[in-house]
Amino acid sequence: MADNKSLIGTKNKKGQTFTDTWTMMNDAPRTPSFYTGSEVIKEALRRASCDVMIAYPITPQSEAAALIGELFAEGYIGDYFRGESEFAVMSQCAGAAFGGARVFTTTAGPGTMRAMENFPMWSGARLPIQMIVTCRGINSPLSIQPDTLEIAYLLNTGMLVWHAETAQDFFDWILKGYMVSEEPDVHLPLALCCDGFFVTHTKDVVNLTPADMCLPPYDPYRSPVPCMDMECPPVRMMRDPFVMKSNYISYATHASWQQEIWAAVERSRKHTIKWINGLIDTENIDADIMIVASGTAVSQGREAIRLLEDEGIRCGLVKVKSLRPWPEEEIREATKNAKHIFVPEFNVTGWLAKEIKATVPNHHRVHAGPRVCGGMTMPPEIIVQEIKTVLGMKTVSLAGRGS
Amino acid sequence: MSQYRVLPGPEHFLPPAAASMGIRLPNPGEAHINGVIVSEEKAYEEAAKQFLMAKVPTLFPGPLVLWAWNEKAAKKATAIRHLYNTLKECVQPGQKPMLIPMPDYRPKYPKINPEVEINPNHPNLTIWHNKIDCCMFIGVHCHQANLSLKIIRGGTSCYTIAMCAQAGHEDAMLSFRDASVEKIMTLADWVRKLKGTVQPRLTSAKSGASN
Repeated sequence: MADNKSLIGTKNKKGQTFTDTWTMMNDAPRTPSFYTGSEVIKEALRRASCDVMIAYPITPQSEAAALIGELFAEGYIGDYFRGESEFAVMSQCAGAAFGGARVFTTTAGPGTMRAMENFPMWSGARLPIQMIVTCRGINSPLSIQPDTLEIAYLLNTGMLVWHAETAQDFFDWILKGYMVSEEPDVHLPLALCCDGFFVTHTKDVVNLTPADMCLPPYDPYRSPVPCMDMECPPVRMMRDPFVMKSNYISYATHASWQQEIWAAVERSRKHTIKWINGLIDTENIDADIMIVASGTAVSQGREAIRLLEDEGIRCGLVKVKSLRPWPEEEIREATKNAKHIFVPEFNVTGWLAKEIKATVPNHHRVHAGPRVCGGMTMPPEIIVQEIKTVLGMKTVSLAGRGS
Repeated sequence: MSQYRVLPGPEHFLPPAAASMGIRLPNPGEAHINGVIVSEEKAYEEAAKQFLMAKVPTLFPGPLVLWAWNEKAAKKATAIRHLYNTLKECVQPGQKPMLIPMPDYRPKYPKINPEVEINPNHPNLTIWHNKIDCCMFIGVHCHQANLSLKIIRGGTSCYTIAMCAQAGHEDAMLSFRDASVEKIMTLADWVRKLKGTVQPRLTSAKSGASN
């Protein structure tokens, strides 16, 4: 068999050239294009040398899933089909990845929740599947609107979890994500999340890499577990699992196995830093007031900072790009000068604020808000209002907007 | 840098993964000893010393080198046999080099035969039974190697070495990365070079057994 490095410079059946990923992402010319987030997912997949994509309709990822079907029809994806449900899709993704394929899927909201059992299974089986999560409401009564609550459920699955702010993040991170996920010392699935609709259904200028360049194919022979062998764990554990034996050795083995998954998350840290240029981005970290956010809350925070500057209030920003691995040291360092840390979020529970509180010393500095949910937008003015209220400054209530 | 050091156990009822304690893998051209990044040259010397000090220095070849599934695997297997023969030539009376395969990763029930194989789910049984005090994993899939290395560190005092074909293993006390035929042969050369210069632990109480 040829290793994937030896294929660099050769062409695939569509005439794309397998290109060193670092060169493709950092040195190749980029073409500005005006696309929706869903179209960007399609364009990234066109360049991803993806073997298998498995789809199931659920808003707001349905459009992306359908567009990737077009890619399959054009011959850019090895195989493409619709599963019977999200649970089936994620199980089928596992099967494809067990077989040594580079696998991609997309889901959202209740679909993520329905498929949840599979995610720790993916991690435990060390399957480097990439799953796009276009976040939306998950609770009853039904909501298809933007809401990031489902990310909270993914954080302890053993998957890598990244949170894209923009369509540009999305394009780059889909391609770079495979590079991190497929490292043999990592070899874990990646949940690449974005805020549904805000990113998927709005158009933005995205700088695309050349369409005639694509990633080197996945090399399953570098996997830390056998590709597929019914006599060996992880596959054999389905019918002869050590977890079914009730003795100390079985428990110790399973404990060691779990530790290994989280060790792999830790190992992903250096690769993630290399590929997405750090786990966080920062601005004005010497400011007394910091906004720490992920996803499109970062954009709203950035606008709030501009509004505050107009009033002479200086405020800094931390954009959390990777949630797993968690940028513990980076956030501590970036917020060490802050007297107040604000965490705006698009969910009701404030899971990011909880993570930040568990990370920084003197966590009374952390103000868990403002938060909106259920599809509400987050006007930058409410971030400004929250900050000014904490600072004891007079503000105008925004509660009457629309009255 | 992490203060944690990857040392022979028995470390704990459930020892942590070294990666979760801040131990980082070496970059290409490097190795680690006890979790500290060192040059490959230093690691060759230390690995050879540990082999020559041990009462039962043992090689654990795994599935990736036990079958000739490609040309490289066959050549590695030959090199491993050469390393084993070199160990046998270089040790002193009372030392007992062993070559025990890890043929697959299935848990062995009702009971493993520890004289003929090692298993990643309960590697301590083979270590204890044979009183192995220094071992090297080679050709074992990384996930399974880490599984084994943690369990060995948790319950035995065995010194663990990993000759890894990928990125290395923090859970070993000493780890090479990007293992190749050349690296295995270089390690054999170091064993030969240090022959007679290292005092074996023959009278030491230190052994693979923890109880």
